Amino acid sequence: MSTTAGLGRVPGGPPIDETGASSTVSGYIRVWWQSVRAGELGSLPIIVGLVIIVITFTLLTDNFFSERNFTNLILQMAAVATMAIGIVFVLLVGEIDLSVAFVSAVGAVVMTLLLRPGDPGWPWWAAIGFALLCTTTIGFLHAIVITKAGVPSFVVTLAGFLIWSGVVLILTTQYSTAGTIRIQDSTVIGIANDFLSPVWGWILGAAVVAAFALVELRTSMTRRARNLAAKPIILVALQTLGLAVVTFAAIWYLNEDRGVPKVAVILGIALAFWSFVAARTRFGRHVYAVGGNAEAARRAGINVDRVRIAVFMISGLMAGVGGIMLASRLRSVATNTGSGNLLLLVIAAAVIGGTSLFGGTGRVIAALLGALVIASIQNGMDLMGLASGTKFVITGLVLLGAVLVDAFSKRRRAARGGV
Amino acid sequence: MADASPLLECRNVSKAFGAVQALWNVDFEVRPGEVMALVGDNGAGKSTLIKGIAGIYPFDAGQVFVDGEEVHIHGPRDAARLGIEVVYQDLALADNLDIVANMFLGRERVRGAVMLDESNMERAARETLDSLSVTTVKSVRQTVAGLSGGQRQSVAVAKAVMWNSRIVILDEPTAALGVVQTRQVLNLVRRLAEHDLAVAIISHNLHDIFECADRITVLRLGQRVALFERAKTTQQEVVHAITAGALDEVPGMEMPDTAATAEAQA
Repeated sequence: MSTTAGLGRVPGGPPIDETGASSTVSGYIRVWWQSVRAGELGSLPIIVGLVIIVITFTLLTDNFFSERNFTNLILQMAAVATMAIGIVFVLLVGEIDLSVAFVSAVGAVVMTLLLRPGDPGWPWWAAIGFALLCTTTIGFLHAIVITKAGVPSFVVTLAGFLIWSGVVLILTTQYSTAGTIRIQDSTVIGIANDFLSPVWGWILGAAVVAAFALVELRTSMTRRARNLAAKPIILVALQTLGLAVVTFAAIWYLNEDRGVPKVAVILGIALAFWSFVAARTRFGRHVYAVGGNAEAARRAGINVDRVRIAVFMISGLMAGVGGIMLASRLRSVATNTGSGNLLLLVIAAAVIGGTSLFGGTGRVIAALLGALVIASIQNGMDLMGLASGTKFVITGLVLLGAVLVDAFSKRRRAARGGV
Repeated sequence: MADASPLLECRNVSKAFGAVQALWNVDFEVRPGEVMALVGDNGAGKSTLIKGIAGIYPFDAGQVFVDGEEVHIHGPRDAARLGIEVVYQDLALADNLDIVANMFLGRERVRGAVMLDESNMERAARETLDSLSVTTVKSVRQTVAGLSGGQRQSVAVAKAVMWNSRIVILDEPTAALGVVQTRQVLNLVRRLAEHDLAVAIISHNLHDIFECADRITVLRLGQRVALFERAKTTQQEVVHAITAGALDEVPGMEMPDTAATAEAQA
């Protein structure tokens, strides 16, 4: 799950300094700690929070810390984390997308309808491809209104929330009297219900660790060759070792139950890909620039509208992927697909994970961390048998806490940045 | 006065916004290796002049020459292509990005097809800052939010000179700075000229201008009323030109002119 943690420093991450202070492990840690004190918290609060949550529920319940529950946790949070990736991009440019839950439902319903045997009975890949095309196009349409008409994204996607919930209702009731359409394609059902065999799990884990080590080592070597301060090799080795321990422990634990879930693999690939896009490509840099100072981005020759349109398309695409995961898990779509608190969970995941609502700060990995926190809390409270009112209150308080951490660290950064 | 031909030259440029004649037949020139100050009271047309040069909007009339050849600047990209860079007062830096990312914003270097070449950009950023002797910036990997006003100005200037620019225009670079930081920025401005760039600086602060400029162009009510050589003038003379410099005739402006002149002399 920490496959992407090593994909490089991004704006808002720990800075690399070239004074040489960070050329030793202790110096590196000192530089990192200085940036934390200055308000560049990164993923620190959320990881501390996760550890607290896991300890708390392990003490309070009998089976929170069990192979079976660990697997369930991943199955429960995969779709939310996937959709939250799209929201992270939208939040990075300082916008919001309130339509994701129902856009995901549109994707799921379109796919399900296209899959119905003989009517029209599309193969799984075509149905999924077309569904994702639909959700991406929806994101594009929202963005066109937002950028060309200058209407705030809050309002446009709120309208989208209503429109697409209506479309889901129309489609599901039109094609089924019961309001539920079953999925019969085994590949699609397998997305959220199949597991890798233990051997493939181990191979995957080894590949992840090797990829991390290679990328880090190469970065370190290039920087050294160019006479820039680089992460000490010993630190790369330690980090690789840490990652290996965590990854292999997780895979061993999952193999004790049913194996590594396929959704986890899909989520991992999505996280790695979008982390790369955000942190290592020109487009990703422009996303951060637009969120940090749109006017500066415009003057630098960046087509700000095009960046905005692209992030809403990413949001639509990832909503579609998440919607398909959810439909696969339930093996059906229904009139209530996409309703309930899905939207709130997705946005909360991105924010709790450390994505700033003010735009410009956050990492793709936030989607995973936030979704893990939310899923752990909900899962733990379920195991404790708490009333659903209590669960809402507690989830809300966690969200509030995350936003407060963001606000305070921003104030701290501002205080330090003052003239 | 005739020791070097101007790198940037505006001849008889005019610009009107509706009924307001913001610029009227203004001449302006900057030579390589010199710092030309552009001064004038509020509304004198300083910003209009540099925005026209930067391609934000076209002049209504007049000619612009770069290196002796007439050019037509239709947008900021044209200006950049001619080697003209403007550092605006608000600096246009993204606080959430580090210094390297800001200096390369919109012109990132990539390795292979899409991947940012971070170490290459970091090196070039460091080298540019070093060549300008900017010693106050310790790490080019710190976010701009953490910089002081003087450091931000230095980064903005370094960003401007990074692109083989030959003409750098600075809009009020010291307006928001304290004494020490003002000193740093003025030194930086001098160093730009030593690098043989043509530097134009807008400022309200005559003290700053007398410290770093070679020549001083004074605008008043949209016209150039004086051109001084710093070594041969005094602050009083410049102040007088700013407040009461003799105007050519401007259609529709006779009344306020006489009033302003009388007021200044009183």
